[in-house]
Amino acid sequence: MAAQDIEALIRAAIPDAAVEIRDLAGDGDHYAARVVSASFAGMSRVRQHQAVYAALGARMGGELHALQLETAIPSGDHQ
Amino acid sequence: MTDTRQRIDALVTSNDILLFMKGTPLFPQCGFSSRAIAILDHLGLPFGTVDVLQDQDLRQGIKEYSDWPTVPQLYVHGEFVGGSDIMMEMFESGELKQLVGEPSA
Repeated sequence: MAAQDIEALIRAAIPDAAVEIRDLAGDGDHYAARVVSASFAGMSRVRQHQAVYAALGARMGGELHALQLETAIPSGDHQ
Repeated sequence: MTDTRQRIDALVTSNDILLFMKGTPLFPQCGFSSRAIAILDHLGLPFGTVDVLQDQDLRQGIKEYSDWPTVPQLYVHGEFVGGSDIMMEMFESGELKQLVGEPSA
């Protein structure tokens, strides 16, 4: 699965998301993603990750084997 | 599937710290499970593990139970805490230690 497809799916579900994807192994199969969105405010980490997993749907754990995930709320300093 | 749900209920309530993982603590079958075990080892408290590779019902059932698509999954005191990324964040921030408590000397 291509990095830009992962980003597109996340941004389709979380339009304000800033998404950074890194291909960890260079094999198109193991990625790390950092997703920053104001919509995460007030959500637990579990809920934030669930929102990203929901955007990726059934691909997660299937064609997308490994996604190391970090979520955050934009900090005033950087926005 | 309700049967599986009851089994998971029983597992997470009878273990203070329980990790659903791929493989065993000595032989984790996936990098994420390996990382989760390393974190739990650092905490120094006893924990239980369930190898989902040995049980297809559990492997599927735990994903639905937690509404979480991947393994490993950590439960503390019957509550879902998260996967290995959340474990790492909470370990680094000290929250995980706070959640599980100090090992008794």
